[in-house]
Amino acid sequence: MNSGYPKWAPYVFVTPFVAVFAVFMAYPMLYSVVLSLQQTFGPKRSQFVFLDNFSYLLTDPLFWKAMWNTFVFAAGSVFIQLPLSLGLAMLLNHPKVRGRIFFRLIFFAPALVGTVFIAIMFGLMFSRDGLINFTFHGLFAGFDPEFPWLERFVMGSLILAALWQFVGFNMIYFLAALQNVSKDLTEAAMVDGAGPWPRFLNVTIPAIRPVASFVVLLSLIGSFQLFELAWVLLNNSGGPNDQGLTVVMYLYQSGFINGKLGYASAIGWVLAVLLMCFALIQHRVGRAGEES
Amino acid sequence: MTTMKHPGSKKKARTAGLYIVLYAALIFCAMITLVPFAYLLCASLKPSEIFFDNLFLPSGDGLFGVGWDKLNLDHFYRLFAQEGFARPILNSTFFASVSGVLATLFAAMSGYALAKYRFWGRETITKLVLAALVVPGALLFAPVYQQLYWFGMLDSYSGLIIPALAPAFGVYLFRQATINSVPTELLESARIDGCGEIKIFFTFVLPLIRPMMGAFLLLTFLGSWNNFIGAQIVLQTPEKMPLAVAINQLRGVYGTDYGLIMAGTVVSILPVLGLFLLLQKEFLSGLTAGAVKG
Repeated sequence: MNSGYPKWAPYVFVTPFVAVFAVFMAYPMLYSVVLSLQQTFGPKRSQFVFLDNFSYLLTDPLFWKAMWNTFVFAAGSVFIQLPLSLGLAMLLNHPKVRGRIFFRLIFFAPALVGTVFIAIMFGLMFSRDGLINFTFHGLFAGFDPEFPWLERFVMGSLILAALWQFVGFNMIYFLAALQNVSKDLTEAAMVDGAGPWPRFLNVTIPAIRPVASFVVLLSLIGSFQLFELAWVLLNNSGGPNDQGLTVVMYLYQSGFINGKLGYASAIGWVLAVLLMCFALIQHRVGRAGEES
Repeated sequence: MTTMKHPGSKKKARTAGLYIVLYAALIFCAMITLVPFAYLLCASLKPSEIFFDNLFLPSGDGLFGVGWDKLNLDHFYRLFAQEGFARPILNSTFFASVSGVLATLFAAMSGYALAKYRFWGRETITKLVLAALVVPGALLFAPVYQQLYWFGMLDSYSGLIIPALAPAFGVYLFRQATINSVPTELLESARIDGCGEIKIFFTFVLPLIRPMMGAFLLLTFLGSWNNFIGAQIVLQTPEKMPLAVAINQLRGVYGTDYGLIMAGTVVSILPVLGLFLLLQKEFLSGLTAGAVKG
């Protein structure tokens, strides 16, 4: 059966993307698989070691430290940042709120600032006599006015900076999802006498579930690739005692600074497999929401 | 208006209370969001000698006890006159515009094809696009660097732009947008009227997926405008550096002059803020279209 278009038509449209994808995505991916099975000594010499990189990885304390730090950051994004985004979206979605566009613009604005700039700016604000200590000391008199954030509370500082950067960005998704929640359903629940909390659990959450699971996935993918923010904020290092070392930072250090491209690729693939697992779980969760 | 059915002082008081709580929460959050911006702006206007004397504005005997007369635009002047920041701004503008426009066009074209045509390889491409969403960009640094070396594209903008023209996330978003907002009957009737495939795409499809075009254009422009690590890996010549790298290089040269860096940050935000205000409507509706029907 011919659907009325010439056979070449789809290929004209996909070729530019597919050509670049094949050369600069698919090939490098395959090549990095090969690299991950090699031990490299600088750019020229290498030898096959099969799975040695991966077995070394399992016993490498720095890798596990990086994994743990990244995990903490991702947990901060999912359990602190996203609930705040949802909360802001619910405030803005309240029918009585005026000036929604104005507030939305303000909350979104930090997402326009480049990560490097945010890192430099927060570096200043986290300094001993910086804005953040000033604020916390002003709010809680017992707070150490010279608390060394970037020495004693590294991942927490990164979570705070990322919170400022992305809370409004993720709010946009939740706001759109909330605006699609059927008004009839909410009103029916009100007529049935359901209080705000049961209404939130039984009407709002199921309705925004597909979007929420998508946002959680995007947030996990982004958080597990944390690099620039930490790298610049901690002055091109993992910070004191590698408290701020992240998986991608370790990959970058191994590959580009120490020349161990094979080992770096192995780190990257472990991360890729982890992210794939998250994506598969999200697929399940998102689907489950659609069926019910 | 339904709340007005049973007017009563209790209800009114409760509504007023609700209003106050709602706005108090919103305004509190908005202030927290704006404080770093205020800090940034103040820092960019303070002379270097008194930079650390006050957190925000320098004290003095002007209005509100602020030394308004101490503020000046010296950092901005120095940024352009001494540090030659016109060049990095031009570099970033070129890089972000070209990769933004081309990546959006390529993504829109293949997203549309994957949504509306049946052809050999469609399933494979769709699966690859989904798989590529979770591949960490850092994994590709080393192999792409080597490829750029083979192709002689290191230290050139083609080496930064061309690899960025395969945005898997964009293809996914445009596929969703096309499924959601381009009716197949429209394409069929256009074909019956004798309209060519390419003309159909540009005259019928593009206007319908305009929100996604705006959203993705802004996202990719923003990504390239603020690109840091890619440029640091690919480029070597100082004159070729984009804004983010140039500003980071101001750190620690003669002891860090934070006022200068903050002024550079302000300069970096203004163009994207303008673009955002321009594309705001498309951006917000487009960004969420991919998520709402996942």
